[in-house]
Amino acid sequence: MAEFKKGRFVEEYEPIGWDGKTVLEMLEESERLFEESGHYCGVEELSLMKEDPIRYEKIFAKLRGGLVNARETAMNVSASPIVQEIGELCFALYTPEGDSVALSTGIIVHVHTMSDAIKFMVRNDYEENPRISPGDIFSNNIPKLGDVHNADVQTLIPIFWEDELVGWAGGVTHVTDIGASTPGNVPVGPISSYEDGLDLTANKIGENDVVYRDHQIRCELGVRTPMFWKLDERCRIAGCHMIRDAVERTIAEEGIDTYKQFIREAIEEGRRTFIQRVKELMIPGTYFAPAFMDIPLKGEMGLPEYAAIDSVCHAPLELTVGSNGEFHISFDGANKWGYHSFNCPPSAMQGAIWVLLTQTMIPNDKVNDGAYFATSSEFPEYSLCNPVEKEAATGAAWGYLIPAFTGLIRSISRGVYARGYVEEVLSSYAMTMNALQGGGKDQYGNDTGMLSFEISCVGGGARGICDGLDYGAAMWNPEGDMGDMEVWELIMPLLYMGRSVKPCTGGLGKYRGGSGFQSVYAIWKTTDVVMQNAGNGNSFPSAGLFGGYPGACGYRHNVLKADLLERFRKHEPYPSREDDPADSEITKFCKGEHLFDGRTLNYPYRMEHGDIYYSYYRGGGGLGDPLERDPELIEHDLEGNFILPRYLEKVCGAKLVKDNGSYKVDVAATEQRRAEMRDERAKRAVPVKEFLKAEQRRVKNSELDPILKKMYNSSFELSERWGKYFKEFWDLPAAFQFEETV
Amino acid sequence: MPEYEKGTLEKLMDGKLSWHETKSIMSSFKDPDRFDKYVQILQDRVPYDDRILLPLALHLNIVQKKDGARVVKCDCGHEFGDYQENWKLGALVYVRDSEEKMQEVYPPLMHSNPNWIVLREYYCPGCRTQLEVEAVPPGYPVVFDFKPDLETFYKEWLGREI
Repeated sequence: MAEFKKGRFVEEYEPIGWDGKTVLEMLEESERLFEESGHYCGVEELSLMKEDPIRYEKIFAKLRGGLVNARETAMNVSASPIVQEIGELCFALYTPEGDSVALSTGIIVHVHTMSDAIKFMVRNDYEENPRISPGDIFSNNIPKLGDVHNADVQTLIPIFWEDELVGWAGGVTHVTDIGASTPGNVPVGPISSYEDGLDLTANKIGENDVVYRDHQIRCELGVRTPMFWKLDERCRIAGCHMIRDAVERTIAEEGIDTYKQFIREAIEEGRRTFIQRVKELMIPGTYFAPAFMDIPLKGEMGLPEYAAIDSVCHAPLELTVGSNGEFHISFDGANKWGYHSFNCPPSAMQGAIWVLLTQTMIPNDKVNDGAYFATSSEFPEYSLCNPVEKEAATGAAWGYLIPAFTGLIRSISRGVYARGYVEEVLSSYAMTMNALQGGGKDQYGNDTGMLSFEISCVGGGARGICDGLDYGAAMWNPEGDMGDMEVWELIMPLLYMGRSVKPCTGGLGKYRGGSGFQSVYAIWKTTDVVMQNAGNGNSFPSAGLFGGYPGACGYRHNVLKADLLERFRKHEPYPSREDDPADSEITKFCKGEHLFDGRTLNYPYRMEHGDIYYSYYRGGGGLGDPLERDPELIEHDLEGNFILPRYLEKVCGAKLVKDNGSYKVDVAATEQRRAEMRDERAKRAVPVKEFLKAEQRRVKNSELDPILKKMYNSSFELSERWGKYFKEFWDLPAAFQFEETV
Repeated sequence: MPEYEKGTLEKLMDGKLSWHETKSIMSSFKDPDRFDKYVQILQDRVPYDDRILLPLALHLNIVQKKDGARVVKCDCGHEFGDYQENWKLGALVYVRDSEEKMQEVYPPLMHSNPNWIVLREYYCPGCRTQLEVEAVPPGYPVVFDFKPDLETFYKEWLGREI
């Protein structure tokens, strides 16, 4: 029987929340209690933890074990190497209101994004319509509702005990293709959300544990790789069902009242632990660490005029650590969203905060939304980190997020360094780029969309006590892995010509940023494929720390109409690497039309069987003055081909001598050269105050590149505060604007 | 809670501790007396007597002068001024703003477009150590990396006067 309420006719239903409440009422109450008390759900006493700590820990271990078990088992249901080889999935358990209690290993960046998606459903009264019932299956991939980018597809399953909703199981996988206007899963091509691909707007996609057939058909028609899609979805559902089983077992063993008390206390404990860790590791104060990322799309033929422009993203991260351990992250001053796919909604930004804090501040503790409740953030509306506009494309939101949060790592490192915990100090992680991406027909004649997840294995930032991890890390997945070449060859129409260390990628310093690596591929046995590069080529997002240099920028070196097949027939040398772009092996061993430039972000273009695609994966930021680099480390650089000899000489002052065909460092001569280099620094440098006078004239006269003037004006427009800061620094009038010439 | 010998911490700071021991320290609870031992080690290493209040960055410490001033001071003894002001304003700077200058550090094409992003290298006027490198667009204000709240840290977090 329908009755008229809330301005519409509503079918009668029994609330599924606790004690006769609706879930929306529970969420509102939870938020009110937090606001009033400062404690999660108003929990002031952790009585279960205090009275029976062993039982408390056992409950957590059972749930956590259930989540890890779900991930490790479910990943084998998937057939996608992104999930199976690289582990691009994770699972988490939530409260009825959508706060995470515990999570599996994996791409834990998503734990809070799924929280946002659940809360979106709760706030939009899904309980009333389309209803939330035992056996239901929901799915979401919209960053504005709760996700990082559209190719991260979430499955959300409600967990009931008798007639009450006791939680949600959530699982996410990074799918191979999302059906965007350009192929792949971080598509650089969409310029509006209407081109981002398949939209799953927190839809109900099944009931009674069965997926609706119309949903399956829609998805199979909507993406380029339906087989991978279907098995990824089954992987997520299988994992969520395993979590549901684990929760039901736990409740049966511990009782429902204990379970309810536990999930509240676990999150409040997480909140308190985070604050305690901040006070233990950091220093109160203000940290400022801006980062920049280029989007060079000027002249791209596939884009309309208003989107085919160059721009620079401004990510002015400011961290404030307050006297009570408050942790506030602000991007006030970020510039405007744009007609590209790098726009990054707040849910994605929160995900990034989360994944970095769990790997730095709270790696050893209970990880759940407690940390979220202990932090606050500011993402200005209409900026790249909160685009607001419905039409803003988000398919490659990582393009803003990854550079933006290098500043958080550097800021935390300044705090822990001051505190003496030098073993926790890290310079910027590397950009997980180049994204080798494309699509068309694979080597079997099937439709394909692809992105090589070799990007999951770039260089780590230099550490406070040693070099960064070489080709072994990804900021978004604590389990960095490049995957086997043979597996990538199975799913992509590409043949590896070689995979090796890429020299000079890690930023130099007393400690070097972890090195990236390189792969050279032949386009192979496809009749129809387009390819693109996606990555930084004109900016240094992985800045160094304490005098270390940033990790290197990327570049493009692909060869169209290459003579590779002819070389194979004639048994002539072919390129397998490009250690030094100044002495290019690809140029030397391959004729054709060389796209050898800094256009590392482009609209897909056609390539053919036998063409060359080159991809190199970036290195991390360095730490400390390179003139303090230990000669033993320099010899290691040479042995491992991490740095080209001439840069060890020019940057580190190393005097190298050939010894039986290999280089050694002449320590005495190096010391002497370093002393000379310090004198050379004094000669070429100027006092900062002198530099500022000249720079101020340049600013006043608007003598900057047009894209920078646009970037600064955009920041002024969105933030009066940041504009004031900028103008006061340069002693400019309050009404100052750069004169834009383009 | 763990405690470590001064010698162990010195090796850790110098990157000379074995990975096995380092990993063990990383995986354990943090040693709460680290700050005091760490500051003492740094104090023993600098050639000046001014008391170190807070290590700010490699080679830079906030120190208390005899006249009560709190200044940023390099290991070599050069003083940059009040810690509440950006020490970089008292440094030397060299800006890599051309391809030629960039290619002294990076191979061709592996550096930024210098019209968009430059490198600002900040050197100590005393010892010419490279203390920080900024990667920012031309026209960007000099970045004030870290302004600690010394009073709160000492009084409220360490529970003692500075």
